[in-house]
Amino acid sequence: MTIGQIAKILDAKWICGEEQQDLEVTYAFASDMMSDVLAHVGMDTMLLTGLINSQSVRTAEMLDVPCLVFVRGKIPHKDAVQRAQQIDLPLLMTSCSMFEACGRLYVAGMGVAKLEQYDGDGDDD
Amino acid sequence: MIKETFPVEAGNMTAAGDVSARIKRQMKQVGIPASVVRRVSVGTYEAEINLVIHSLGGHIDFEINEEQVVIRVVDRGPGIPDLKKAMTEGWSTASNEVRNMGFGAGMGLPNMKRNADEFSIESTVGVGTDITMAFNI
Repeated sequence: MTIGQIAKILDAKWICGEEQQDLEVTYAFASDMMSDVLAHVGMDTMLLTGLINSQSVRTAEMLDVPCLVFVRGKIPHKDAVQRAQQIDLPLLMTSCSMFEACGRLYVAGMGVAKLEQYDGDGDDD
Repeated sequence: MIKETFPVEAGNMTAAGDVSARIKRQMKQVGIPASVVRRVSVGTYEAEINLVIHSLGGHIDFEINEEQVVIRVVDRGPGIPDLKKAMTEGWSTASNEVRNMGFGAGMGLPNMKRNADEFSIESTVGVGTDITMAFNI
């Protein structure tokens, strides 16, 4: 679905990047823990989070996340918004809880990202 | 061939990610494949966050040669007392403050190793930690 559709489904406000509303997104991942996001998120995966500091945007930047949604009505820090504008990362804000935001997107057909699993010792085996 | 060194300041969470972003931009400029850029970016960012939250400061060396992107991360201490524990997923010594910033799940070092094609780490308490990650192009 497009980022514009995601915004409508979540009754979200655009913080920046509205010009990218026609961009297609395939998967979603939700977490407040950026360590988990870095360990598990694959390609073409949007992120829902309640973490409003600049590290949420930095993490999205490293993973080429196409769209970042802040849940629970949380307003991101100014430096996070500035960085997102610099790198053309669309930001949305919804008053939905994390659970409700995920539920709405799931029901609407958003893909579930396959987690990149491993056995915990740092090896791929 | 590109070779550069970037200093990383301890404790400055606002700047954490600046070096990784610069390295990512340079890789894209010289046409490194997107899948490699992504793996290097994740590994470098994890390392940069570790330097900021755990170390007394250090630097990240970045090199692109014909076959690999090589990232070396060196700090001035305090060093890791038990490397085996530190390499275990979920094990972390991060403070609550760091956890509130979204980090400290104990995934950093295992995630660096997983993303790199070659990974080595040496650490001496009181001296520092030296990590090398190589990524095949």
